[in-house]
Amino acid sequence: MTGFATPLTGYLLVAALLFAIGLAGALTRRNAILVLIGIELMLNAANLNLIAFWRYLPHPEALTGMIFAIFSIAVAAAEAAVGLGLVISIHRHAHTTDLDEMNRMKG
Amino acid sequence: MSFVFWLLAAITVAGGLAAVLLKNLVHCALALTVVFAGLALLFLQLDAQFAGFAQILVYVGAVAILVVFAILLTRSSETPKDGGVFSRTWGAGLAISAAVFAVLGWVVLQSEAGLPREINVPNVTVLQIGNALMGRYVLPLEIVALLLTAALIGAVIVAMHEKGDAK
Amino acid sequence: MLEKADQLFILLRNWIVGFLPAGWQAAAGVVLGVIGIVAVFPGLFAITTVLERKGLGRMQNRIGPNRTGPFGILQPIADAIKSLTKEDIVPLNADAVVHFLAPVFLVVVVFMGFAVLPVGRNMVLVDMDASLLFYFAMGASTEVSIFMAGWSSRNKYSLLGAMRAVAQMISYEVPLLLSSVVVVMMTGSLSLVKIVEAQNQYTWGLPHWYIFTPWGCAAFVMYAIAATAETNRSPFDLPEGESELVAGYFTEYSGFKFALFFLGEYLGMLSISGLGTTLFLGGWSAPLAALNWVPSWIWFFSKVMLSIVVLIWVRGTLPRLRQDQLMNFAWKFVLPMTLLDLMVAALWRFLGDGWARWVVCSAILVIVYVAAGRAGMRGKHFGPRTYRYAE
Repeated sequence: MTGFATPLTGYLLVAALLFAIGLAGALTRRNAILVLIGIELMLNAANLNLIAFWRYLPHPEALTGMIFAIFSIAVAAAEAAVGLGLVISIHRHAHTTDLDEMNRMKG
Repeated sequence: MSFVFWLLAAITVAGGLAAVLLKNLVHCALALTVVFAGLALLFLQLDAQFAGFAQILVYVGAVAILVVFAILLTRSSETPKDGGVFSRTWGAGLAISAAVFAVLGWVVLQSEAGLPREINVPNVTVLQIGNALMGRYVLPLEIVALLLTAALIGAVIVAMHEKGDAK
Repeated sequence: MLEKADQLFILLRNWIVGFLPAGWQAAAGVVLGVIGIVAVFPGLFAITTVLERKGLGRMQNRIGPNRTGPFGILQPIADAIKSLTKEDIVPLNADAVVHFLAPVFLVVVVFMGFAVLPVGRNMVLVDMDASLLFYFAMGASTEVSIFMAGWSSRNKYSLLGAMRAVAQMISYEVPLLLSSVVVVMMTGSLSLVKIVEAQNQYTWGLPHWYIFTPWGCAAFVMYAIAATAETNRSPFDLPEGESELVAGYFTEYSGFKFALFFLGEYLGMLSISGLGTTLFLGGWSAPLAALNWVPSWIWFFSKVMLSIVVLIWVRGTLPRLRQDQLMNFAWKFVLPMTLLDLMVAALWRFLGDGWARWVVCSAILVIVYVAAGRAGMRGKHFGPRTYRYAE
């Protein structure tokens, strides 16, 4: 199995790839819920980055990376809840979740 | 890099690709659950047990279910009627994300020389995490508590049926 | 001699593992532990099915199965043969991959939960620092499998049952976690091994089990309610009620996959009883200091089977709760009581030793419980029951 120079590089590249995939999903799909799925993917990729850096940088006993990731998980869950509530509310009003059709500010 | 890492990375990236490419939304949501599980296993491989179990508990146990409920409540689980699943401007989105990945990957590979090598396994106990949360990080903890309360109340209000609204 | 009986399985494992080269010994030990779990708990599942059918039968004034073997004790074997030989029907419109994976995922996740239960002294498969968190993470993952089962069948009844089951499980997960957090707070550790060891002390011959304290008793009652709802057992079994939704989310399953769901549900029951035993009933510790000569694993399994008997008893006795009634109960009654219990437990620690803290803590819990119960019942009219007969 080919390897990278440091074990950290592998994790960072996987996180970058996952982030790019999430960004592509958020930017190219029509359904509003898929945009939220893409956002969750991006947040998870950032968490992976945080934990990988926590593990491999000096002073892991300061726990900075781990606590940051835990808070990020909590905030992402709250944001997913509010975002999905908004999508449900919009669907109730416009009877669609298609983002290409929501191109007018007038309700 | 160990075989386990490559396997987990492959599963996670494949799940991510499936989550953004599949037509059926519920399949996308289940692929997202696979991504969450793969990431939790990667966290466990990085000796971050608390973060890994919290990831499963919060993401797989709650956020994935939330996404699935939203899909079912907005009737998006039926097949899309016209125009396919990708928006009209999909080319620009793809180009932007490819550019982002190129920049991030170049930065990571360029700075390889400055990254540290393997160091000792950190032995983190839950007691240390508890002490850190209540000691050094108590202010973010309280702010996150307020944020979660506000999100809870806000989500209920946003998604509530209004009076006189046709159901 | 008694020490050897207590550590019998550990000694057996060490003896078998001793035959292998040194590099393989750790992995072989874990594999043997897994084999032990996979052998013992499905065996207990078989005993539980007989117990349930006979017990429910007697409570409903009938004899349960009595054809296969004396008193019907070979019924599980007959059930196994039946479900293995039945035709496996998958509906034409069903989502084949998800339909197949749902029972597999359920059984895998439920078995993972058994890995952290300490079944005896030194007898736990994985001793992690955060083992309780791991257990709840596995419990939360069962909801995904239930949703997968209900949705992939492309059947409105299945989907409805699955949505109800998932909503119920999410609602009761919060009181389940909070009542366990009370135990964690008083022990100071998330590790199940340490929780049992903290309860393994005796004062005047009586054990220090958490159920014998006011906050522990209240937490145990709430844990029991939440555990019954988590495993979709009566009186919370609307998602799978036979008179309501055919069979709920596993309507479209037949043959071996149905058997896997059945196995998963009963193993979930055993698993959550095992956790309740570990957290509140002292795990593998004996009830009296004088009885310490009985092997520890016998105590653990006795307590688990006692919890199962109580679950079966409750199933046969109480009527089913409606969906909105059970969600109201979870969010408006059980959850505030668990929060109050957390504060009472903290008060217990700060009042110091002595009889005063028993009186104060018990008084607070009982008064709030009665007051909240009375307030909740206000406005409901329970007149004398009237019957109307067909003419």
